[in-house]
Formats: sequence, structure tokens, C-alpha cells
Amino acid sequence: MNHLPQAWGRPRDDVYGPYNNSYLQTSGPSQHTQSPIVTGTSVLAIKFKDGVVIAADNLASYGSLARFTDVKRLLRFNSRAVIGFGGDVSDMQYLTRLLSSLEINENYSVTSSTELAANNLHTYLHKVMYKRRSDFNPLWNQILIAGLDVADNPYLASVDLLGTTFSSPTLATGFGAHLAVPIMRRVCPDEEAAKELTQEQAVETVRECMKVLFYRDARSLDKYSIAVVTKEGVDLKHGEKLEKQSWAFAEGIRGYGTQVN
Amino acid sequence: MGSIFTAAPPQSGPGYSFKQTPTTVPEGTRQHGFYPYTDNGGSTLGITGADFAILAGDTRSTSGYNINTRFAPKLFKVGGADSRIVLSVVGFAADGLALKERLDTIVKMYRYQHGKPMSVAACAQRLSHILYQKRFFPYYVTAILGGLDEEGKGALYSYDPVGSYEREQCRAAGAAASLIMPFLDNQVNYKNQYVLGSGEGHALQARERELLPRKDVEELVQDAFSSAVERHIEVGDGLQMFIITKDGIEEIYKPLKLD
Repeated sequence: MNHLPQAWGRPRDDVYGPYNNSYLQTSGPSQHTQSPIVTGTSVLAIKFKDGVVIAADNLASYGSLARFTDVKRLLRFNSRAVIGFGGDVSDMQYLTRLLSSLEINENYSVTSSTELAANNLHTYLHKVMYKRRSDFNPLWNQILIAGLDVADNPYLASVDLLGTTFSSPTLATGFGAHLAVPIMRRVCPDEEAAKELTQEQAVETVRECMKVLFYRDARSLDKYSIAVVTKEGVDLKHGEKLEKQSWAFAEGIRGYGTQVN
Repeated sequence: MGSIFTAAPPQSGPGYSFKQTPTTVPEGTRQHGFYPYTDNGGSTLGITGADFAILAGDTRSTSGYNINTRFAPKLFKVGGADSRIVLSVVGFAADGLALKERLDTIVKMYRYQHGKPMSVAACAQRLSHILYQKRFFPYYVTAILGGLDEEGKGALYSYDPVGSYEREQCRAAGAAASLIMPFLDNQVNYKNQYVLGSGEGHALQARERELLPRKDVEELVQDAFSSAVERHIEVGDGLQMFIITKDGIEEIYKPLKLD
């Protein structure tokens, strides 16, 4: 019996040989992310008259393997901002840590009495992402920031791994940029239309788009998170299931349905 | 069964033991998998007159065949609220934004330190220096700076991504520059225009250049963009125009085709 507590529960040296620490030393050059590994797919968001709806599914893929099926890719930052992450999941987790330390600092600070608004948060993330790309060490994500700006108006904007930013009444990352954006733009082509759109219409549109994405995006899941940000706060739901799926369309598509050749 | 459970992993590739993890860099040059630039499309244009300068740009932002948004301005007022200088940037939007923020703070600091607004000529040279400072990791943008010079005449400076610059009468930049610039050469600088009946062949007399009135310039800008929209897929959605006069900066927004 080894009486040293630090050795308890560890492989015994007399059986397995002494632990080889050599590979723990980082002897090689420091490495930067050159490509994403575990990835999340699309994030969708749409503005409506008194807020923003944002959604992302709960899958984290490892290449074509559906590796983690209960990943929360929407982050509630505070009562007026939600962030949706596409791209590398480990970089998402790093940013989550960074943002939680930002929020703690904000809450302890004496100078600012109000919460950070969504547009402030967007500027912060833009600076982080642009700095990292300029260091050739990017955070491999495309991020949507949904919420309310300093004037309490609906705010929706995007940042990506290059530090590129833009804002639009409807936004989507990844496959969603191809498949969901046209559907969302039909409902909400411009800012004027967003001011007319009701919460119910916006949520319905996003749910419909999540369904279309599940039909056609091979790296997607029928389980997703959806959040609505209004003046009343954030209503974030995880683990929603896609409802009323219809695969009838598959019959007519060669190679998609049951028919062979 | 026995063949499935043979103990040792294959020795050629990475094995189960950490000891076999490579600790040195592989031979040969390593490739970067990350390219830090992208092209966000769009076009900008500037024309000057006797007492004004006009800068214009479309508001579409693209990546590949996708339209990111239909409203992402490429024109920025530089140096605070009562500024008379406008910067337009086209190319890689993130660099454009970073460049604008740097120039903006510099022009503001100049005002606080010297108690007077920066002249366009000084601002133009400073912008060139900012661009050249990043000569070996450039801001991937084509900038045009507009304002009024010390005599009150319209001033326009155009740049390349590493800071070469010159003062010009008119300049188009960005995705549709090659479509718009020849039109401007002909319509602003009267290139290939001759006086009717002034002679034959080389004896032809070139049409004399003149400074255009503001109304004509606005129409030229509109025509240039509505034509570019027809022939370039990265240009469209909206046309933003900043008209700089001694009274201030006037902003005009006109819709362009969304297709």
C-alpha cells in the first residue's frame, strides 16, 4: 500500500512503470487553429417589431460524425443580449469563458450602472475577433449577436473569424446563409418590414427554417435552442424538437427517398 | 478471433501510447490554413467640382455569391460632428472599418491638440502613412478621401492598399471600378471627345476640360452606379452619396436594384 495520498487512484508504478512526463512539455512551436475540429452548423436570427428571435440546433459535429447531440450553442449574455455561435465548439467555449469574465467585471464595476447592450457586446466581440485574425490565430466562429441596443431598439449583427461585421434584419450563418436567408427575407425584406413583424410570425418563420435546414443540411439535428429577446428579457428554450416534419417531398427526389437508381 | 485481438497497435502511424506523439515539427515548410483576407465586394466613386466634392458608394456587402446585408455603408465622416472630410473604403470590410477608426481618432486628436480642424491635404498624407505602416500586412482596401482644400475647392485623394496616393478630379474604386472609370474618363475629363468640325485625324482639337456643376455630377454618379449594377453582381441594393460643401456634408440615399 502506498501511503502517499497523491498516488492514490493512479496507475501503480510497479505495474505500469513510472509516468512519462516528457510529452507534457511543449517542445514544439506553439500552434494556432488552422481549421475547425468540432463544429456547430447554422445559427438563424430575425428581427421583429419589439425584439429578436434567434435559434441554433444542439449538434456538435466531428467532421461527418454527429459527435455531441446536446450542445447549447445559444448563450444568454444578460437580460438584453443572446449570442449564437457557429463554427468551432472549443473556440465557442473559450469565448463563453471570456464573456462571463467580461460580465462579472461589468457587474462589479462602479462606473457603469446599466447592463451592456447588444451593440456594445457586438463591438467587443468584433475587436476580439479582429485582433485574433490579425495575430494569425483566429477564433474559428461565425457569431450572431441578438438583442436590444442602447436605445432599446431590436439589434441583430454578425461577426466572423476575419473580424468582418454586418447587420441586417435577417441573418444566418453556415448553411443557413444559403437555405434560410431567402425564406426569412421573404417574410422580412427590410427594416420597415421588421417593424411590422409580430413575435409569433418571427418565431414561426425561424422554426420553419430550422425544419428546412434539417431536411437538407447533413450536419444538422432536429433538436434545437430558440431564444426571444424583448424588453421583458430573454426567453431561452433548450432542447426544442422539430414538429410536423413532412418527408413527402423526398419521394420525388432521386437519391433522397426510398427509390434506388 | 485471435486476429482481431492482437495486442500491439500498428507501428507506422500514431499509436495508442502518448510516447509516440510527435514532439518535433514535421519536415518541410508548413502551410497556413488560414487566409486573413476576404473580398466584400461593392464599389465607390468620387468626383470633385469647383466648390464641392461628392463621394458615393453602394451599400451591398457580399461574401462569395451571398449577400451579407443590403445596407453596410462604405462612406464615413472622419473627425467628429462638424467634420468636412469623408473617407470611403472598399475591399476587405473589416480592414476598412479598422482603418476608418484609426483615421477618425487621429483627426479628432489633431483638433484637440491644435485647436483647429485638420486640412484635407494633411489628412490625406496621414492616411498614406497609416496605410504604409502596414506595408507587409496591408489593410486590403482601396480608399478615397474627399473634402475641401484650403481655397475651398473640391479635393479628392485616391489610394492603393499600401499607401500610394494622388490628388485627382475623379476616381472609381472597388469591384466595378473597371466598369465605372472609363465612363468617368469620358464624361468628367472629356477623354476621346473632340470639338466638332475642328479638323481631320490628328488635327482634331480635344474638347476643353471644365469643372462640372453639382447637379450634373450627381446625375453622373447615379448613372455610373445604375449601369454598374446591371453588369456586376457584387454591386447593388442602395446608393449612398456624401456631398461635401462649405456648409457641411449632405447625405443622399437612393435605392438600387436588389438582384
